[in-house]
Amino acid sequence: MSERAHELVTFDNVGLRYGTEPEVLRDLSFTLFPGSFYFLTGASGAGKTSLLKMLYLAQRPSRGAIRMFGKDLITLPREQMPQLRRKLGVVFQDFRLIPHLTAFDNVALPLRVAGVREAELTDPVTEMLEWVGLGHRIEAVPTIMSGGEQQRVAIARAVIGRPQLLIADEPTGNVDPEMAQRLLQLFERMNSLGTTVIVATHDINLLRSMPDSLIMRLQKGNLLDPTGALRYPPQIGRRALDEGIGK
Amino acid sequence: MKRPPLIGRSLARDLVPFGGKRVDRLVPRSRSRGPIPWVIAIMIALTVMAAAAGIALGNLIDRAESDLSGALTVQIIEANAEVRDAQAQRAAELLIADSAVTSVRVVPQEELAQLLDPWIGDTAASQGGIPIPALVDAELAGVASAEETARLNAMLLEEIPTARVDAQSAWLRPVYDALSSLRYMALGLIVLLALGSAAAVWLAARSAFSTHKQTIEIVHLLGGTDRQIAQIFQRTVAFDALLGGAAGLALGSVAIWLVGGRFAAIDSGIVTGGNLRLTDWALLFAIPLGGIALAMLTARATVLSALRRML
Repeated sequence: MSERAHELVTFDNVGLRYGTEPEVLRDLSFTLFPGSFYFLTGASGAGKTSLLKMLYLAQRPSRGAIRMFGKDLITLPREQMPQLRRKLGVVFQDFRLIPHLTAFDNVALPLRVAGVREAELTDPVTEMLEWVGLGHRIEAVPTIMSGGEQQRVAIARAVIGRPQLLIADEPTGNVDPEMAQRLLQLFERMNSLGTTVIVATHDINLLRSMPDSLIMRLQKGNLLDPTGALRYPPQIGRRALDEGIGK
Repeated sequence: MKRPPLIGRSLARDLVPFGGKRVDRLVPRSRSRGPIPWVIAIMIALTVMAAAAGIALGNLIDRAESDLSGALTVQIIEANAEVRDAQAQRAAELLIADSAVTSVRVVPQEELAQLLDPWIGDTAASQGGIPIPALVDAELAGVASAEETARLNAMLLEEIPTARVDAQSAWLRPVYDALSSLRYMALGLIVLLALGSAAAVWLAARSAFSTHKQTIEIVHLLGGTDRQIAQIFQRTVAFDALLGGAAGLALGSVAIWLVGGRFAAIDSGIVTGGNLRLTDWALLFAIPLGGIALAMLTARATVLSALRRML
């Protein structure tokens, strides 16, 4: 088996600019391996969300090469993109729930898009909502939910399809510490089942709670260690971490 | 702590369409449903009326052409009444002897006088003040073509120098041409109405696409295919078109029925030739179906074109 068969995502000298603006991401080269757990840190404006956008296939790079699930994204025909997207679970920073759908329908959406029959999806969706503490809010629509509740629905939607790569942008930003730990446990559980997880966060407690995770640090559009993810701790230490998250 | 739940297997499934209520819920409909059903209703009503007019004109032309296609009229232009009558009789004999002719009738003098009454009055005709040509009507087995007419004319001229043969359909040719141009105008109107309907649906689909852009982006990022997303709008537009089409058909049918009643009251042979047959009504009832198909195709093309701008 080739070396690349073990790589889930590979970025080679990737750069991104919007329109004619200067590059927001420069020379990103890294590899995400299957079954790993990554944190992506960096100050606001460092380019975390832009990097995640390329990971969840909402943005093409301006230059460089990206391989994902063994496919070259630069040359991949557009009609094959949905197949790749179905291997991803995404927790958006702004949740992106469909406002007129109930919590149940929002969580069930990836399964329905993928063609799962109604009879097959009722139990897992209900169970997932109960797990994130929203068993009593199944019929609620996002407009009457708190920010924390919406975030939990967004997380449930991201993980319900058991994605191969879970991408989360500030997933614990609106929940209390106890729920944050509970959600992190969900991510760990996903990870232990083989899902690669990448979490963009400012939450130092989240980073500390997973000492074996790998940390990617962005600073002004550059990945600080372009050879791969840094290990936390002890390699970069508290000081470097604090610098990386802009404290 | 309880282990987190996970669906039994990952979603390495085929890309299958999702439809029914699942799709309906993704794009909520406003209570008023917007202007599209009304626009489609008006377009369908106008299309049905234009199509009915075109079909009726076509029927009228076909009926008249079929009635007159083999008809000839021979005029005997002779001032002397006795000679004229004798020549008319002789013309009838010569014509009936020809294998191309199936029937011949010498038009009685009284009938001619009656025809001319409105123009020259009955005194002139009955007292012989103005000589009136004798007329002989003949029906051919085939079409009264220019060649056939000329042949019969030449045959009659050998014995009756004052005879002149005319195909009846030739007299009405300018009328047929005028009616045909009206029929083409109706066809052009239908095409314009179809384009207008497509443009209205295009605008509505674009507007709906903008309104529901957030939902579309989410479905797109969750792995929804262009076909699945287009289907969401196709269903919505199809339902609007169904409502509009039914209303438009009802409106158009009532208008045709009312106008048809007025024409039927004229009780003229040429006008009754324009009556709509059962197959014509079937065609008119198919127009809303065509409208729905056009609306769905337009919505699909509009949404697919907008989606192609996304990654």
